Amino acid sequence: MRVPVRWLAEYVDLPPGTSVEDLDAAFVRLGLTVEEIHRPEEVTGPLVVGRVLEIEELTGFKKPIRYTQVDVGEAEPRGIVCGARNFAAGDAVVVALPGAVLPGGFEIAARTTYDHVSDGMICSVRELGVGEDHTGILVLGSAADAPAPGTPAAQIVGLDDVVFELEVTPDRGYAMSLRGIARDLAGGLRLSWRDPAAVPVPSWTGAPAWEVTVADPDRCDRFSMIAMEGLDPAAPSPWWLRRRLAQSGVRSISLAVDVTNYVMLELGQPMHAFDRDAVRGPIVVRRAREGERLTTLDGADRALTSDDLLITDDTGPIGLAGVMGGATTEIGDGTTTVLLEAAHWEPTGISRAVRRHKLPSEAAKRFERGTDPEVTVAALARAAELLAGYGGARVVGGPVDVDTRTPRPAISFDPLRPARIVGVRYSARQVVELLDAVGCEITAEGELLSVTPPSWRPDLVAPADLVEEVVRLAGYDDIPSLLPTAPPGRGLSEEQRRRRGIGRALAEAGYVEAPSYPFVGTAAFDALGLPDDDPRRDVIVVRNPLSEEEPALRTTLLPGLLATLTRNLARGLRDVELFEEGVVFPGGVRRPAPVPGADRRPDDETLAELLGAVPDQPRHVAVALTGHREPRGWWGPGRPAVWADAIQAARIVAETAGVELSVRAGERAPWHPGRCAELVVGDRVVGYAGELHPRACTALDLPPRTSVMELDVDALPPRKVPVGPHVSTFPPVHMDVALVVPLDQPEANVRAALKAGAGELLEDLRLFDLYTGSPVPEGQKSLAYAMTFRAPDRTLTSEEAGTALAAAVEAAARATRAVLRG
Amino acid sequence: MSGANDSYDPKQVAALSADSLDAAVDAALKAFAAAGDLEGLAAVRPAHLGDRAPVLLARRELGALPPAARADAGKRVNAARVAVTDAYAARLAELEAERDARVLAEERVDVTLPWDRAPRGARHPLTTLTDRIADIFVGMGYEVAEGPELEAEWLNFDALNTGPDHPARSLADTFFIAPEDSGLVLRTHTSPVQARTMLERNPPIYVVAPGRVYRTDELDATHTPVFHQVEGLAVDRGLTMAHLRGTLDQLARILFGADARTRWRPHFFPFTEPSAEFDVWFPEHRDGPRWVEWGGCGMVNPRVLVACGIDPEEYTGFAFGMGIERALQFRSAVGDMRDIVEGDVRFTRAFGVDQ
Repeated sequence: MRVPVRWLAEYVDLPPGTSVEDLDAAFVRLGLTVEEIHRPEEVTGPLVVGRVLEIEELTGFKKPIRYTQVDVGEAEPRGIVCGARNFAAGDAVVVALPGAVLPGGFEIAARTTYDHVSDGMICSVRELGVGEDHTGILVLGSAADAPAPGTPAAQIVGLDDVVFELEVTPDRGYAMSLRGIARDLAGGLRLSWRDPAAVPVPSWTGAPAWEVTVADPDRCDRFSMIAMEGLDPAAPSPWWLRRRLAQSGVRSISLAVDVTNYVMLELGQPMHAFDRDAVRGPIVVRRAREGERLTTLDGADRALTSDDLLITDDTGPIGLAGVMGGATTEIGDGTTTVLLEAAHWEPTGISRAVRRHKLPSEAAKRFERGTDPEVTVAALARAAELLAGYGGARVVGGPVDVDTRTPRPAISFDPLRPARIVGVRYSARQVVELLDAVGCEITAEGELLSVTPPSWRPDLVAPADLVEEVVRLAGYDDIPSLLPTAPPGRGLSEEQRRRRGIGRALAEAGYVEAPSYPFVGTAAFDALGLPDDDPRRDVIVVRNPLSEEEPALRTTLLPGLLATLTRNLARGLRDVELFEEGVVFPGGVRRPAPVPGADRRPDDETLAELLGAVPDQPRHVAVALTGHREPRGWWGPGRPAVWADAIQAARIVAETAGVELSVRAGERAPWHPGRCAELVVGDRVVGYAGELHPRACTALDLPPRTSVMELDVDALPPRKVPVGPHVSTFPPVHMDVALVVPLDQPEANVRAALKAGAGELLEDLRLFDLYTGSPVPEGQKSLAYAMTFRAPDRTLTSEEAGTALAAAVEAAARATRAVLRG
Repeated sequence: MSGANDSYDPKQVAALSADSLDAAVDAALKAFAAAGDLEGLAAVRPAHLGDRAPVLLARRELGALPPAARADAGKRVNAARVAVTDAYAARLAELEAERDARVLAEERVDVTLPWDRAPRGARHPLTTLTDRIADIFVGMGYEVAEGPELEAEWLNFDALNTGPDHPARSLADTFFIAPEDSGLVLRTHTSPVQARTMLERNPPIYVVAPGRVYRTDELDATHTPVFHQVEGLAVDRGLTMAHLRGTLDQLARILFGADARTRWRPHFFPFTEPSAEFDVWFPEHRDGPRWVEWGGCGMVNPRVLVACGIDPEEYTGFAFGMGIERALQFRSAVGDMRDIVEGDVRFTRAFGVDQ
């Protein structure tokens, strides 16, 4: 909502010296967020009203040019060359005389052009910097109703006016008008004001101007209308009105349209003007019928639903109530008779229509926030006054006023409630004063107040709403700062601590966290090479995605994470290790979530159904890495990132989570079938790790050998309380052993057999070498282990350790066909 | 060697004479001093401190002396032996120190060499800032509550006094889930966690709910369709807006410095009444100290309490919420939203593992 200050000052008695900054602060205090303050650019030098005396048409140039004699209040008129044609002799215009500087540093000087000396310039709205109109020069009016030549024009043009652009929250429909803002500002600053809606309603007489029936009084409890005849369709809107529209960001169209828009801005009552001669028969306000259509003013042919509220005549729909008029009854260039409508519509119905037809009009914006049903007739009177004054129109017949409103219920209100909620000791008297300033009618009922909110505040329905008005007008700055005492809390939950631990551990292991958007499309799954029946292709789809290519929610973290990896590589980074921790959204069979009422807690069954309809969203963690895991340096060559790093990342996660992870060969897209580890906790597969399939690397434009891991954190069992080991202080015995096993024998099996065979004396076991090639026979590999033996209660002899080692080797031989390497 | 009980004049036992002892000591000192390194010293040691060394041989002769003379001679022999031993130890220490000094000098390295063999990881600043905020509230006794990102429409809107036709609902720029009757949305704010918490627990409730939320904005320098909020909710007997202000001021002071505080502007949220937007005074702003818009807050609308089964006559509550991206932007002077969302490791590494 744009608010020109001079317009506002017509209603509020702003004290002299009130600055823009004062108003800014006052608006903000009232909850009218100031989005922008528009100040016209400075114009210096002589800018005056001029009267065009003579026009000489110059010919022989590429375009028609006029050489004019303009009276600028001096002894002699000035000769001025002008390219515009939208004016006639006698018109009052704005002239920048030599020496003036217009916005943009445009200096005016007497100069010769088109073979004539031009002694100034006749200005357009855009040249003056007060609007966008540049279709012609600014005509202030004809001689009779314009200021005298030579009058300084800056103020007339609006160059001294500041426009506030305010953000109006959805509850404050009244603030969508100068009237409402003036009232709020006056209340907030304790100033006197005049209500522009307090216009005397003329005593229109005669039969109602039109026959009107409201068939849906629930959605329209007041419908007012007058008829006017004799409108001069060519009559222009006066400059002051056009200026205010321009300042408010509304385009000037014709007098009739401009007047309805102006009254809407002034009083907050949107109006509609029908060409009376195009309306056929009685007007009925009713819901749309099956199959009805309406072509609205914007030219769109719209299919209607039974929830659409219409203005209809004998031909059918002629307007979508409160949202937009129909094309058949539109005011045209020749319209001389109009029906003016001002109604009060039920807000939620308007809201639905706006959403359904995607028609967020200025009128609808006001109706869906709630307008003042009191002002329909006053708005008609104000419009009639303007159309009479500037367009020669006169009201014929009496007004239509279908008014089925019921009295507004009063709110029973404890005057001490604001103090209890806000924490400031407002007295009962102060509360009454402030509610009175809002416009409420207040009567005492014992200890309580009976408060009837004013007609323009449909948002005030409950005590909490009145509390807000009290604290808003008293000022939020008065609220003290106190800390409440919360009962002792339990700290972070196990899952929350685990999640943090995992993130920290991966970061400390060199991975950089990279959360990505969860939107995916089929292309991402294709690139990963997921089979057609892969459950990860079963997705949940967004109805209104930002991109049609990515309409679904991720079922795996890999697409987003790999896209981030690609982005980093595209920016010239080479060694990149990323991790992401976040939820995925598996598809599957779903039931619709119920939408119960909100006037009470849903019953347990409905609530369980509601909560149960929300799909599980397990938390995953994933890593992706490429390039060097350890960079080359003066210490030697670097170490490339490999499949084993990805598997190790899973081990880091498991260790941080306090669970035991085992790893075995697996096969799953998008991993390399020979380099894919299945990650197992207990007997459950919780994820996969290893090298990406070469085809996936190609499809995603990733370097070969890029490695990834993804696991389901929610699938990890809770951590067990760790048991402290007995730490023996007796000396250890260290022994190395090398075993030859078949090449396809997983090392983990050999290690497990050694451990099992060595028994309790084995303290530590570490693979320190893996070797293939001569002299190890073809098809075999040599595994070398360093083993530490130690007894808990005595110094271990080398004989004892040797026996344990032999048992370990024996076990490995049995389980894995391992042979002691000679 | 002489017999023990013979009567001798000690002066007649040559080895025990003062002169010969002095000579032996003198020779030893000279030899030790002449040894130029530890090997040289080791080579001369047997001649002066070995079994056959003069001072040790002299000691064996003591037994040959009459008891009267033995004490005196013994003292001399001992003194000589100590002198030789001390001289040896001193020279040894000297030569060892020389050797150590030489070796350590040879072993000098360039300590300024880099050793960045391990890659440097980082947590995302949104994560660490969220954790920081959560920790501040945990310190005040709050618990961290969570809810799903894919949420029931009823919890995202209806339960929060935002009915199907509420104007705020069309303003929310919601991602809706197919099919049309799914009743699911990507949550537009963390506020459904409020509703879940109130439906699950009885007052007193003090929770903070950080999380990821969604609006249908295209990514640009100031907007992102996926962003993060922290929501706080307290429901208890006797809570007022003053407690809300105290809580926000406390958060501001811890996050933004001791001089930070909040300023409130009346605003509208369907789920709070009265409602406010709040700014924080941020002294460390890169463009100088200033008020920065930060979030929204208010007293829980009694209708929300009712929808969640809490008696609004017995309990009052306050709620607040703020954007983590926004806090990160002004706290860490991040100019472009895209840097926060694009996952460039150069950006994230600058924030380290914790903040």
